[in-house]
Amino acid sequence: MSTDTSSSIGDVEGVSLYDVDHPAPYIEAPRKRTSKTPRATRGNFEMAAWLFMRLSGIVLVVLVIGHLLIQLVLDGGVSKIGFAFVAGRWASPFWQVWDLLMLWLAMLHGANGLRTVINDYAERANTRLWLKGLLYTATVFTILLGTLVIFTFDPNIR
Amino acid sequence: MPAGTLYRGREGMWSWVAHRVTGVLIFFFLFVHVLDTALVRVSPEAYDDVVATYKTPIVALLEYGLVAAILFHALNGLRVIAVDFWSKGPRYQKQMLWTVVGVWVVLMAGALYPVLGHAAAELFGK
Repeated sequence: MSTDTSSSIGDVEGVSLYDVDHPAPYIEAPRKRTSKTPRATRGNFEMAAWLFMRLSGIVLVVLVIGHLLIQLVLDGGVSKIGFAFVAGRWASPFWQVWDLLMLWLAMLHGANGLRTVINDYAERANTRLWLKGLLYTATVFTILLGTLVIFTFDPNIR
Repeated sequence: MPAGTLYRGREGMWSWVAHRVTGVLIFFFLFVHVLDTALVRVSPEAYDDVVATYKTPIVALLEYGLVAAILFHALNGLRVIAVDFWSKGPRYQKQMLWTVVGVWVVLMAGALYPVLGHAAAELFGK
């Protein structure tokens, strides 16, 4: 071992070509932002989606666990659920907003999660295209149907 | 046979797998759940008929599974947020996972009677 020099280059590698008087040429970092780099190469969609998962997740923890408590635990659990129970709850704008917000956030949160899963496991571009097409169609349909049901609910339907 | 060639992961990997699996299951249930709730726009009888299936013992067991999936996904999701945004989150990710598992076990024990009580009463009598 070369214990007599301060160079970190050992005997095997040979003598360094560079020292203080002959510095190594500067190599620019491969992805360094320069004046020629476009300001945004891809846009911020994936970052926004990542942030949305966390923000919607926090809100959904409250909305969904509250929903489970009301529907499955309190006041007889699932046994009390029926048309009359739904009518009673949706008479209040508070629960309408609760359910509407839960519908939108849960559907978008789940759709984005499944989008990630499809991107991870569907290897062919065509498979990804079809699966995501199906996912987005089902998501839009379900959100619109649920929204319509909450806004047009009629307790005196019969 | 060569031993140890398959990566079996640790707490981090398995919690990630469980988060994925529970997330996909919850999402598929959500589709069904919006559709069954939409029956309130058809008629009270149509809605009550479908909800009656939710009150059978077998579906009660599925509901308990749904609660299990949702509670794990919710608690582990909070752990993911802590790992991402809390400066010490990555260092304590394992401890946080075991905290999640501990809270989950307690909540699942608490949900046992409310979710499955009526099914047990139906199956085994009062």
